[in-house]
Amino acid sequence: MIFVTVGTQLPFERLIKAVDEWAEKWPEIYIFAQVGDTEYIPQHMTFVRKLTPQEYSQKFNDAQVVVSHAGMGTIISALENGKYLVLVPRLAALGEHRNDHQLGTAEKFAHYQQIRIAKSTTELHDALSNSVHGVMVSGSNCPPASVSLLERLKSFIDEA
Amino acid sequence: MMRGTATTGNTGKKRILLISSCGGHWVQMNRIVPAFQNHDLYFSSTDFDYMSLVPEGRFYCVPDGSRNSNPFHIVHLALAVLRMMLQIRPHVVVTTGAAPGFFALFIGKLLRKKTIWIDSIANVNELSMSGRKAAWFADLYITQWPHLAQENGPHYYGSVV
Repeated sequence: MIFVTVGTQLPFERLIKAVDEWAEKWPEIYIFAQVGDTEYIPQHMTFVRKLTPQEYSQKFNDAQVVVSHAGMGTIISALENGKYLVLVPRLAALGEHRNDHQLGTAEKFAHYQQIRIAKSTTELHDALSNSVHGVMVSGSNCPPASVSLLERLKSFIDEA
Repeated sequence: MMRGTATTGNTGKKRILLISSCGGHWVQMNRIVPAFQNHDLYFSSTDFDYMSLVPEGRFYCVPDGSRNSNPFHIVHLALAVLRMMLQIRPHVVVTTGAAPGFFALFIGKLLRKKTIWIDSIANVNELSMSGRKAAWFADLYITQWPHLAQENGPHYYGSVV
């Protein structure tokens, strides 16, 4: 199963349209999308607007591949669950976010083997087609929160 | 004996309010919870469904907001945060952003609470706008990227991931 998510805040027309185009060519693959306020209505995949936290976890568990905007929620969830993740950064020039910070976020997490960055529809289609031919990620490889950060918070609370 | 009402007894146990927007901010906030073991934790966010993730009714839903919100909406958000704060009477307010966390620190400071701002790790190239404004109201002011740290804050101690 491929799980597509646009996050909680903004619609993402380009992403949903691009995955839907790919889905048309791969009818044997089950795709489930959380589309938020995206106006484009997918024709070739199952979709909902919003998921409860429990439904979100379930979809994340069931998925072999996750496709999403470059949001930290999805990135951390993918690392925690050991999922193959295709990130499409939102671009300010296309009105997809107020600035281009998602390009920076995506770049910073691109070194994880299980993460692919797709900046164009072609790159997204390629990443999806490649994923069909074998995705081998399992188990959490999410680094824990820094000990020094947790220690600083702890000592601040103790002194408060 | 402890002086005043600043703590909840000789155990040093404190009431801590953890507040953030939903989505990635919330996911990041949950990764720092281990730092607050042995204290009384209260959670607040903008998605009512998160209630089911927090035990014993210690979840408070507040309206969302953004820089584009109209003044009426901002007042609505600020009042909701104020009401919650008067109910919980936290010793410390912690947030990973964005708008609800900013208002919580602002009101927290007015009520003389200790405040912590942790800027989202998504802000790689510059601090978030709410993060820059929160500098005024944060006793502990943190970025998750070493290259964004400055001598007078934000400080860098590591990241949630």
